[in-house]
Amino acid sequence: MAQSKSFRNSSLSDRIFDVCNIIFMILLVIVTLYPFLNMFALSFNDANDSVRGDIYIWPREWTLRNFDYVFSESNIFYATFISAARTIVGTVVSVFCTAMLAYTVSRPEYKLKKFVSVTFIFTMYFSGGLIPGYLLIKELDMLNTFWVYIIPGIIGVFNMIVIRSFIEGLPEGLMESAKIDGAGDFITFARIVLPLTVPALATVSLFVAVYQWNSWFDVFLYNSSSPSLTTLQYELMKMLSTSNTSSASSAADAFANAKGNAAAVTPTSVRATMTIVASVPIIIVYPFLQKYFVKGMVVGGVKG
Amino acid sequence: MELGKGTVQVEKTAGQMAKSNAGASRFKTFFIELSKQKMLMLMSLPFLIWVFVFKYLPLWGWTIAFQKFKPARDFFDQKWVGWDNFKFLFQEQQFYRVLRNTLVMSSINLVFGFVTSIVLALLLNELRNIFFKRTVQTISYLPYFISWVVASNIVQTALAPEGIINVLLLKMQFIDHPVLWLGVGKYFWGILGATEVWKNVGWNTIIYLAAITSIDPSQYEAAEIDGASRLQRMFYITLPGIKPVIVLILIMNLGHILESGFEAQYLLGNGMNVDFSENLDIFVLKYGMQMNNFGLATAAGMFKTLVSFIFLITANNIAKRMGESRLY
Repeated sequence: MAQSKSFRNSSLSDRIFDVCNIIFMILLVIVTLYPFLNMFALSFNDANDSVRGDIYIWPREWTLRNFDYVFSESNIFYATFISAARTIVGTVVSVFCTAMLAYTVSRPEYKLKKFVSVTFIFTMYFSGGLIPGYLLIKELDMLNTFWVYIIPGIIGVFNMIVIRSFIEGLPEGLMESAKIDGAGDFITFARIVLPLTVPALATVSLFVAVYQWNSWFDVFLYNSSSPSLTTLQYELMKMLSTSNTSSASSAADAFANAKGNAAAVTPTSVRATMTIVASVPIIIVYPFLQKYFVKGMVVGGVKG
Repeated sequence: MELGKGTVQVEKTAGQMAKSNAGASRFKTFFIELSKQKMLMLMSLPFLIWVFVFKYLPLWGWTIAFQKFKPARDFFDQKWVGWDNFKFLFQEQQFYRVLRNTLVMSSINLVFGFVTSIVLALLLNELRNIFFKRTVQTISYLPYFISWVVASNIVQTALAPEGIINVLLLKMQFIDHPVLWLGVGKYFWGILGATEVWKNVGWNTIIYLAAITSIDPSQYEAAEIDGASRLQRMFYITLPGIKPVIVLILIMNLGHILESGFEAQYLLGNGMNVDFSENLDIFVLKYGMQMNNFGLATAAGMFKTLVSFIFLITANNIAKRMGESRLY
């Protein structure tokens, strides 16, 4: 008796649970997406019209003037180029090098396997810190160079672990037979291992590309005196801190004076436009790599 | 060329010797075998040099913590001051304030982030429509990938006097005039905690969802036959099923307790909330790069690294002892 009653109750309560759960998920989606839609609306809406308020998820008076303005600023044009360049160069170089290192530490016969692994993994536990790191870059004469974006981060230890775990899961026979055919380690790595490691490489590429695209602190710290090496995120960050310290209206004046057309844009519209420019590449790319990075996270997180 | 020849000779003589007294020369065999792995060595050596230069060499910079450092001077011309920088640091009122902020903010992030991501993972797991579930998951990962600069811009826009938060709260009549949220110090920790959850909660579910898939489905079937409701199954099967992963992640997060993040505090912090937003990393940046007190900044950074190191090693050892895990 009691059992059948609880069964009937539970199926009703199950349905209530389902409904609540779906409502909760929809709320979550709204909270996650609303800010982006709001930025989208502000970036395509006429700046003076936006001042009147009540722009939420859709532009009221469509215009491309905000984008026109943003890309006509020479430093933002540069910044977009440098952001793209560091993302592409940084990702290719770092992923190739990390994969090569991961291959060497995945070879069971390699005599330095343990030594190399430990040397790298140990660095996850400490760092010299900000000041010694800065002085090192200064001593190496890398201040105000493009390479300061690439070289200090060339190997990611977590990424190395992800790739290594993946290579260790490949059938050993493949590498054996390559050796028998007379291929050296580099050929085996480049011709056999790399093509088979694509899922892991996709994961790691996404991590590195996102890191590169989103970086602003290294620009701030090492290259803030070279305007030709600025990045999108750093330019956006500077806009944020101006609007933080001075009142919004004086920032608007500064923009207007700089451009000479007082009516065209406002700090809010420029910031929204920059936000869209700075996040659209990521929004487009990451969903396609989802199945890879979900797997990569689990492998890297649990196996390390 | 000469070098290569030399190695071959060494290899030969070493080979003969190894033959003459086998067993006694494990050391030599090691080098013989290693010398056959020139390509592997060539493929890892550049990175060994890299890791030495970029990760280990900066440790030398810790000597600055014991100097009255002037960038223009050579290492040998620096004035050594012993423990003075540390003494000054531990007497500095501000240091205790940033230490408090660091610990409070990372604790809030830890508890908030931890609970919300487990709850979200459990709820996602209960969604029956796979397409809906996938869509929600994909959307929930989005904020993780955008930069802190963009996230801070979003937060500032939402919290502005005419921003959505004030609009909603005014409409619901929780407040009767717009609040300058980022201008009030005591709100900062809550804002930061909520922002961190917004940004990372979806991403953090990945590991729990993976753990849930490894729970034996027959347990659910048995529970269903026994008449357990969805909530009961969630509490008595799913949650205990992922307990080892939960405990593991908790321990690892405790190891990172001094890492409360830097970008969010730096970008959302301002003159009005500085007493609550400034953490250890910002303290180091401020003293080192802006006030040129390299010695004091390095001492603070060194303090942080050493304490973190102890926490991390301890956390790692506990995780290992539990047997569950191989997290680093």
